[in-house]
Amino acid sequence: MNYHWNWGIFWDISPDGAHSYLQTLLLGTTWTLATAFFAWCLALLFGSIIGVIRTTPNAWLVRLGNAYVELFRNIPLLVQMFLWYFVLPEVVPQAIGTWLKQQPNASFYTAVVALGFYTSARVAEQVRAGILSLAQGQRLAALALGLTLPQAYGFVLLPMAYRIMLPPLTSELLNIIKNSSVALTIGLMELTARARSMQEFSFQVFEAFTAATVIYIVINIAVTFAMRALERRTAVSGFIGASPAAAH
Amino acid sequence: MFANFDFDVIARSLRYLFFDGMTFTLILTALATAGGIVFGTMLALMRLSGFPLLAVPATGYVNLMRSVPLVLMIFWFYFLVPYIGQWLTGAERPIQVGYFTSSLVAFTLFEAAYFCEIMRAGIQSISRGQLAAAQALGMSYPQTMGYIVLPQAFRNMLPVLLTQTIILFQDTSLVYVLSITDFLGAASKVAQRDGRLVEMYLFAAVVYFVISFAASQGVRALSHRTAIIR
Amino acid sequence: MFAKFMLPAAAAASLFSAQAFAQDLTGTLKKIKDTGTITLGHRESSVPFSYYDDKQQVIGYAMDLCSRIIDSVKRDLKLAKLEVKLNPVTSATRIPLMANGTVDLECGSTTNNLDRQKQVAFTITHFVTANRFVSKLSSKFKTVDDLKGKTIVSTSGTTNIKQITEINSQKNLGLNILTAKDHAEAFLMVETDRAAAFVMDDILLFSLVATSKSPKDYVISADALSVEPYGIMLRRDDPAFKKVVDAAMVAIYKSGAINAIYDKWFLKAIPPKGVNLNLPMSAAFKKVVVNPTDSGDPAAY
Repeated sequence: MNYHWNWGIFWDISPDGAHSYLQTLLLGTTWTLATAFFAWCLALLFGSIIGVIRTTPNAWLVRLGNAYVELFRNIPLLVQMFLWYFVLPEVVPQAIGTWLKQQPNASFYTAVVALGFYTSARVAEQVRAGILSLAQGQRLAALALGLTLPQAYGFVLLPMAYRIMLPPLTSELLNIIKNSSVALTIGLMELTARARSMQEFSFQVFEAFTAATVIYIVINIAVTFAMRALERRTAVSGFIGASPAAAH
Repeated sequence: MFANFDFDVIARSLRYLFFDGMTFTLILTALATAGGIVFGTMLALMRLSGFPLLAVPATGYVNLMRSVPLVLMIFWFYFLVPYIGQWLTGAERPIQVGYFTSSLVAFTLFEAAYFCEIMRAGIQSISRGQLAAAQALGMSYPQTMGYIVLPQAFRNMLPVLLTQTIILFQDTSLVYVLSITDFLGAASKVAQRDGRLVEMYLFAAVVYFVISFAASQGVRALSHRTAIIR
Repeated sequence: MFAKFMLPAAAAASLFSAQAFAQDLTGTLKKIKDTGTITLGHRESSVPFSYYDDKQQVIGYAMDLCSRIIDSVKRDLKLAKLEVKLNPVTSATRIPLMANGTVDLECGSTTNNLDRQKQVAFTITHFVTANRFVSKLSSKFKTVDDLKGKTIVSTSGTTNIKQITEINSQKNLGLNILTAKDHAEAFLMVETDRAAAFVMDDILLFSLVATSKSPKDYVISADALSVEPYGIMLRRDDPAFKKVVDAAMVAIYKSGAINAIYDKWFLKAIPPKGVNLNLPMSAAFKKVVVNPTDSGDPAAY
């Protein structure tokens, strides 16, 4: 292979004059993690709300929830990023649009929102499935005990559902970290973008991509281990004996 | 609110959007799905074979592909495929690979990891008794797999495979990062040339939505029909 | 360092090449001969060098030059038919795609510099431009220092973004530098007020402004940050192919054909909007036409 390998490139100073290439990649990693973290919070919040309302007895709420999920699931993430970044500021009143566009780190906020909503639809599916996997008797028992519907969800159904859902949620968490790379199309300098820019400045294509790949794998393994530990601690053995208070 | 928008730009570029862009997207989706399922099934059989020599590399491959973002893999393959070709054919310089082939290879190899996990679950859903029965009838391993296990696994997993295909269809929009004219690429070229971002991106969103939504409804109907009553 | 490629050498090269190729072809020439195809890398919005017109065909000044180069290659290799394939490239992908054999010639607006010559080769310079920035007239930016603390954009993979990154750290400007995939996307960031300025080669900025919705709203900075000679890119370490391409370029310059090609793209109305850039040849480029050079050293211009 007639390619000039140079693994020492990581210690060379990048054109910004202050950081080595390795440091720029690590800087990108923090952006990747920050984007994924905030988007994940958003996704959990909205995903839970939508997931819950899809299991309520109200047909209109269920329809609304279904529409939400279909909307965010059937448009490619990249297109959703563009809608938030390029289209939204143009269709709101001009003053708001200008304000939106002049935010420092606008691509970061946009990426968090786009990724958060996109993932929330997938989380909503998991939450719904988690709740539906519980025996119908639990809901009925809670209601029979005189709990209101919100109380039944808050004290009985959700604490159980979340613990059952942890494994699929783990894979959504891993997805959101990977999907944050799509934000390079709206100018976010996250890990993949940093690797690309390192490639452009140093011409060491494969070293740059290898480093990014290794960092992604490390993140993946770390998150997987952390979540496994959490799963073990919160495991619901046969659904019986779980104390709802433990979820707090 | 849409007073100063020009939706005529969509009508003017329809031919380009669909004839050039969507055709590319659909062909890429179809071929990558076919390739991904074939390669993914092979990976699944390797993982389930019980031979470490086969299972370990297959597992490693699947985990690698599933840890890395598709965008990064698209870049990787776009630059790497010609060198792989050189290595495979023993040519003296990197072989020339067009952007279509490169993206097809990237998507096939990437999605194969996901198809592998689906097929693995499908194969594992077949009861061991069937394997024993096939063996008792004197069937070889390839026969058992080919005639008994894979057809059922495939049928059981058809809705999931098709859902993954819809995801793949949406994922192909990422070739945007290489300036390739897929459906989104075509839309963005028109958008940038005519300064009609809002119109083109909204239109692209609507088209992706309609296709994906219709397809997922189709999959839902199909999964009711193909469900095996046990 | 001065023009290292002068006319006598070029003439000798073209004579030499015509005879030598019949026997042992190597590198790109062998590939072209064997496959009967040549692949051009083109850009999507490098107006007027290489871009899509309203029928989504790739056109431009560099494309015209490349088509003449291809004619010479075809003649030299005595091919009856030479199929031309097009492969889109971006600023970020062009160099790896050249190195890995995906494209044979990159016809666009690529700066020839010594740094890049370690990876790829360039034929005779076909334009000389400078690194400047465009901003909205209303924001009244004159020099780079006025951009202090602002969000600016440039195209990923260009010499321009590298340079503004360096200037940013030298002058401690605190710029927030966005990267865009291609020039149209970057210009759009300024048009939609996402970025205060777009740092790029002035010729590309000039064309983007001229073809924009309201050209009078933009202004291009007066002070140039650097000199950028453009060259058509080829693979490195392929002297035989470079000789043919260089000879073709020299022939275009010496025969005067360059004038008609130049006028077509810079002094006449160009597609898709029929805008006339109205840019006569610069003194620096006139010098190149008289004394063709492939130097990657800005001091040579």
